[in-house]
Amino acid sequence: MSMLHIVNKSPFERNAMDSCLKHAREGDAILMIEDAAVGAVDGSTIAGDIKAALADKTVYVLGGDLAARGMSEDRIIDGIKVVDYAGFVDLTVENEKTQSWV
Amino acid sequence: MATKKFMYVNRKAPYGTVYALESLEVVLIAAAFEQEVSLAFIDDGVYQIAKGQNTDGIGMKNFSSTYNALGDYEVNKLYVEKESLEERGLTADDLMPIMWEDEDEDWAEKPSVRIVSRAEMADILAEQEVTYSF
Repeated sequence: MSMLHIVNKSPFERNAMDSCLKHAREGDAILMIEDAAVGAVDGSTIAGDIKAALADKTVYVLGGDLAARGMSEDRIIDGIKVVDYAGFVDLTVENEKTQSWV
Repeated sequence: MATKKFMYVNRKAPYGTVYALESLEVVLIAAAFEQEVSLAFIDDGVYQIAKGQNTDGIGMKNFSSTYNALGDYEVNKLYVEKESLEERGLTADDLMPIMWEDEDEDWAEKPSVRIVSRAEMADILAEQEVTYSF
């Protein structure tokens, strides 16, 4: 009964990511796309929240959105998985339901 | 025409919204009118001049190289807030080396990017005559 949570707003600008992290349940998947992709970079003020979520959820980031903003994959938080658009589609299939935090 | 101090405040990451591109286009237009133009990169605006941007994966035009043309329009004051970088796990090394050529010094290349503290940024913003927000 897992849910895929999709976040597309920068965690530094909006509270969509924060709200998502507070509502996502154990076993859920969280995918960061568009401006939310910058939240995957380690060493930021929100990295701790993401790391805490990784304890019982899976976290993904869309690689193309990360690269567009000049952030290389080698600096993202350990445990976050990078996916492409095909991987995005797979996530929507693997999880029973999808919720977007716009 | 009297010269005024124009400031363009950039606070959004590129590509997710159109603010960054729109700001850059307006800056280039204003620069043609020979005003004293400065740019501020605050909050998520710092991602606009992050180096190594590659938009192949999202099918959008990569406009980051255009910032390198600003020097040719005598737009060479790009203020970047240090705290905004730090909050995002970034440093000055993550930014593009945007340069300008000083014709008063035999076209010596000088950096346009100036890292300033939040307090310094407040002072810089306060001394402007016209401020555009993006």
